Amino acid sequence: MKKTVKFLEVENNGFGFYGLLGALGLIIAIGLGAAYHMEHSGHWVTGMNNQVVWGMPHVFAVFLIVAASGALNVASIASVFGKKFYKPLAPLSALLAVCLLVGGLIVLVLDLGRPDRLIVAMTQYNFKSIFAWNIILYNGFLAIVAVYIWTMLDATKNSYSKYAGFFAFIWRLILTTGTGSIFGFLVARQAYDAAIMAPMFVVMSFSFGLAIYILVLMASMKWTDRPLGDAVISRLKNLLGVFVAGVLYFLLAYHITNLYATEHHGYEAFLLLGQNGGALYSKMFWIGQVLLGSLIPLGMLYHPTLGKSRAAIGWACGLVILGGLAAMYVIIIGGQAYPLVLFPGMEVSSSFFDGVVAEYTPTLPEFLLGLGGASIAMIAVTIGVKVLRFLPVSLDDSTADPHAKSDA
Amino acid sequence: MSDQVNTSRRKFIGGAAGSVAVTTVAPGILLQSVAHARTPDQPATSENRWGMLIDTNKCSSGCDACVKGCQDEHGWGGEDTNEKLSREDQQAQWIRKVNIRDTKTGYAHSLPLMCQHCENPPCVDVCPTKASMKRADGIVLVDRHACIGCRYCMMACPYKARSFVHESLLDQSAVQPRGKGCVESCTLCAHRVDLQGADAVPACAEACAAEGHDAFIFGDLNDPNSKLSQALAKHGGTEIRADLGLNLGVRYQGI
Repeated sequence: MKKTVKFLEVENNGFGFYGLLGALGLIIAIGLGAAYHMEHSGHWVTGMNNQVVWGMPHVFAVFLIVAASGALNVASIASVFGKKFYKPLAPLSALLAVCLLVGGLIVLVLDLGRPDRLIVAMTQYNFKSIFAWNIILYNGFLAIVAVYIWTMLDATKNSYSKYAGFFAFIWRLILTTGTGSIFGFLVARQAYDAAIMAPMFVVMSFSFGLAIYILVLMASMKWTDRPLGDAVISRLKNLLGVFVAGVLYFLLAYHITNLYATEHHGYEAFLLLGQNGGALYSKMFWIGQVLLGSLIPLGMLYHPTLGKSRAAIGWACGLVILGGLAAMYVIIIGGQAYPLVLFPGMEVSSSFFDGVVAEYTPTLPEFLLGLGGASIAMIAVTIGVKVLRFLPVSLDDSTADPHAKSDA
Repeated sequence: MSDQVNTSRRKFIGGAAGSVAVTTVAPGILLQSVAHARTPDQPATSENRWGMLIDTNKCSSGCDACVKGCQDEHGWGGEDTNEKLSREDQQAQWIRKVNIRDTKTGYAHSLPLMCQHCENPPCVDVCPTKASMKRADGIVLVDRHACIGCRYCMMACPYKARSFVHESLLDQSAVQPRGKGCVESCTLCAHRVDLQGADAVPACAEACAAEGHDAFIFGDLNDPNSKLSQALAKHGGTEIRADLGLNLGVRYQGI
């Protein structure tokens, strides 16, 4: 008979908990210091310039925002698709989603030229701008998932969790479509201006979000001495494999379409072959995104022995995350570095770097701000599971999936 | 008695003639002055669409008088730039000379490139706060009070016409307030247009004319009698990346 899954706050008040808080707090403090330095001095202290206007902070911010919506998937599978197996995993999934989004948004806001004018962005909307819509979508996501968490944690409101979960699922799909469209709607850049950006970002979110979720789940269960059975991990890692392969499929469709059109050959040679100054982005794409971020973790996740090793699954998740950051770097920085085509077929030059691949070398403060944002997400999760009942007391095989045993 | 001049009649005739003259000529003068300028309380209207035609045949590749003219007027760049901390790739450029060479034929020429003041500007579409905006008279500007410095407009502009201010600025031009953390670009010398209307000459065009090249024609695209419209009707004009369908306010001849 199936045991009831219990959720409890984390009782552990030991060195490990405060050590983790302290370490994350330190990274956050350094990150905030870096943001202050950039804002106080101006963006001249960053590697960003008038050619590459979005830099490392945006790589982190967009990654975190994309991963946030993906982290909610585990909860969606439980609420929307009615898979009871995923139900005990749902509250942590929703918490992680909110925390990642907050972390990403903080990075994005602190990189603005005028973060002090955030109130303008909150009150003055241009409804033709996907950016303005995203502000509404991000804030709405936080509110909706907060309600969703409430319906899951409050036993008297459990009956509403299905509806809240469904609404959150639809909202998150629109949200990631909005994030992908930031790039999809840029008409003049060779790397962007493609409708596939939106669905590709949705699949990327599935992949990056689940990789982070698996790592957070494994770490939090292990550090709180709560059992986590193979049934849960095995299902999640198989699902991650499907998502990683899904991203590869979208990548293939994107590049094959570009390769078909002569107009895009320049950009494809730049990115895929590293020609005309694209060497760095080509390496980042092939080695970072495709090999380390997709093919190797895929091999590990489905390998007969590695696929059963917690350590290997953890490493595979880590690689998917690294690959995700590489993917963001290729899309965001590589897409800007490739020069705008002002006069097709002509050679152009100017004092404003027309016709040449733009240089961008990220500086330390940019990294620190990005890491600070990621740490804000993690510290929020840590405090969340500490004070509220997000984490199941046990996820051993008999609790999570009694049928798994009988099948075996 | 009869020899005497009837002064009152003369006065009447004189007055009447004067009135007729005033009522016939004055509206012309008044209309003329309205067409030329607006008072500060009058908004820009869609009756005008300000634009430029640049004849690249008159534009010499070594000359950057237009760039210097813009720098002097608006207080950016130049040898004594007030963006001393910023790297070269971080310093603002509102207008630049672009050298173009046809790789197949070897034909080379150069042209000045700045904000093209699109009728459908992508920068205005993407701006989340409406800071990037188009005036009724077609001039595309950044409202420096509403710009949050997100740089999405810079991602969207097909002409790389916009710059981000990377540091605190002193020694600013009296006509052009600029500030750290905001995006800026060519204003089509809106401050001159607002004072002088169709008689205005943007700083780039003025500098080009002073150099003797006279490659710029500024004017009202909506007025078929303007020198600009006449020149466009006679010689035509090409839009850069016309395929994007943005209907640019700045047109070129000879590209």
